[in-house]
Amino acid sequence: MHVGLRHIHAYLLLLPAFIFLVGFTHYPAIGTLLDSLMSTPRAGRAAVFVGLENYALMMDDPTFWKSLRNNFWFALVTIPVSIALSIAMALWVNDKIAGRQFLRMSYFLPTVLPMIAVANIWIFFYTPGYGLINQVLQLFGVASQNWLGDPSLVLGSVIVVAIWKEAGFFMIFYLAALQTLNPSYKEAAQIEGASAWYFFRRVQWPLLMPTTIFVLVNALINAFRMVDHIIVMTKGGPDNASSLLLFYLYEVGFKFWDQGYASALTAVLLAILALVGLLQFFVLDRRTHYR
Amino acid sequence: MSQALTSPNTQGRSLGADTSVLSTIGAWVLALVWISPLLYAVWAAIHPSEFATKLVLTAPLTMDNFRAAWEAAPFARYFLNTTVLVATILCMQLVLCTLAAYAFARFEFFGKNVLFSLVLVQLMVMPEILLVRNYQTLTHLGLVDTLFGIGLPYFASAFAIFLLRQTFKTIPKELVEAAAMEGASTMQILRHVYIPLAKPVYLAFSLVSVSHHWNNFLWPLIVSNSVESRPLTVGLQVFSSTDQGIDWSIITAATLLTSGPLLIGFLIFQRQFVQSFMRAGIK
Repeated sequence: MHVGLRHIHAYLLLLPAFIFLVGFTHYPAIGTLLDSLMSTPRAGRAAVFVGLENYALMMDDPTFWKSLRNNFWFALVTIPVSIALSIAMALWVNDKIAGRQFLRMSYFLPTVLPMIAVANIWIFFYTPGYGLINQVLQLFGVASQNWLGDPSLVLGSVIVVAIWKEAGFFMIFYLAALQTLNPSYKEAAQIEGASAWYFFRRVQWPLLMPTTIFVLVNALINAFRMVDHIIVMTKGGPDNASSLLLFYLYEVGFKFWDQGYASALTAVLLAILALVGLLQFFVLDRRTHYR
Repeated sequence: MSQALTSPNTQGRSLGADTSVLSTIGAWVLALVWISPLLYAVWAAIHPSEFATKLVLTAPLTMDNFRAAWEAAPFARYFLNTTVLVATILCMQLVLCTLAAYAFARFEFFGKNVLFSLVLVQLMVMPEILLVRNYQTLTHLGLVDTLFGIGLPYFASAFAIFLLRQTFKTIPKELVEAAAMEGASTMQILRHVYIPLAKPVYLAFSLVSVSHHWNNFLWPLIVSNSVESRPLTVGLQVFSSTDQGIDWSIITAATLLTSGPLLIGFLIFQRQFVQSFMRAGIK
């Protein structure tokens, strides 16, 4: 086939997918950055260039800082805990353990259930007074708490839901990786009489590093993307104590219809995701042997 | 490796032994905690509402909650909407991403690496992050409050392109050359060589895509505002945030209804589900 023709062939094959990719990812990303420098168009008044005014507004907006801080803590707790749990789950399920099928199903189940549906059940678990968690705590003589109504407890409560939802999903990746590990490592360790913990720390954990990087990046992205349960369970409240960045962006964009400010918030979110991307490509990829 | 193992810490259980009792108990406790929301939902949904907060083993069974939920909101319509939405997205993804992956796997062309990096950007920046701008795009296209509009941003999936490209690259060159020798055209080679050999990956991606879009919430919430375009997740939210507020039994019944097909599908095809997610993850 003629070389030029082959090029055209390839471009034609790419064209349909790129129309959608560019139309809903690259074009709006650039558009958002431009919009963040403009005022919000109101009836009869078009958007005008306002420079960094939206960003100045953001610096003075306590709700923005609160959401950013919440999101930071949300990520900082959710990610390590769900990764640790997912590794434990994968090790258990990969072993010869009683009721392996049932265990695997239980761990993985939250992944296939809609977050918005299970959030309804969690609301009930957290209900003050007769909610299941309070009923259990009362058996041990602990006073009933208003899990979703107390500003000091609410973020922790939604973090628990996020961990519950994500750990089983990450387990799958570890399980896949564990099954590709060479069984002779384990045999060698057995002959040497290594303990399970020693074997994990010195053999499995380093060999699972690429998986951990992959999961970590996914978990980071998810930490800034998961808001379904916030919308259903707390609406960011009380007093913004459980507001996350994307949730606040959703409120500004679609409750207050403030397009300019919402674009500036999106720009912050994009910057965070770009940092995650850079972290992956320039720091972590070098330290692990990827294909 | 052997060096690391010459002085092992011999405390703790030996690897040769079966999983210790303590470890097994831990695994089971965690599993029970993990499954408890679902167990509770089933309990509340199949008993009269006065037993929603009380575990009484003699409580009478009933299907009334399901009936009440089904009649209280147009769930039949929501089911139809979600099914149409999920099917449309999957079909478009399979076609568009197969073509793009084929281009990346088989052809050399100017700007290939740049274009591939542009694809990968979508792995980080999902369409719902850019919801303000994407909503404007839908407004310009006149597609707000339509199922097609909800699906549109997801038609091209970076994940699918990436996954299929990796798979296509493993297909032996000899097979492709043999087909070309016999006079097969570019598209015929795709149809008769590449696609059949990638079947397990197609299945894996399909399960991931269907369960993702069945559960998707934020973007459909913004785009849809009528019964005709509302998928199940948004319908459930509208339903449970209105008057029913307190009746847990009906809400849990509605919750189970919404997740039902996926849940049943998962329980039946558990092995395929887990393997598909694993396959999708390894690549």
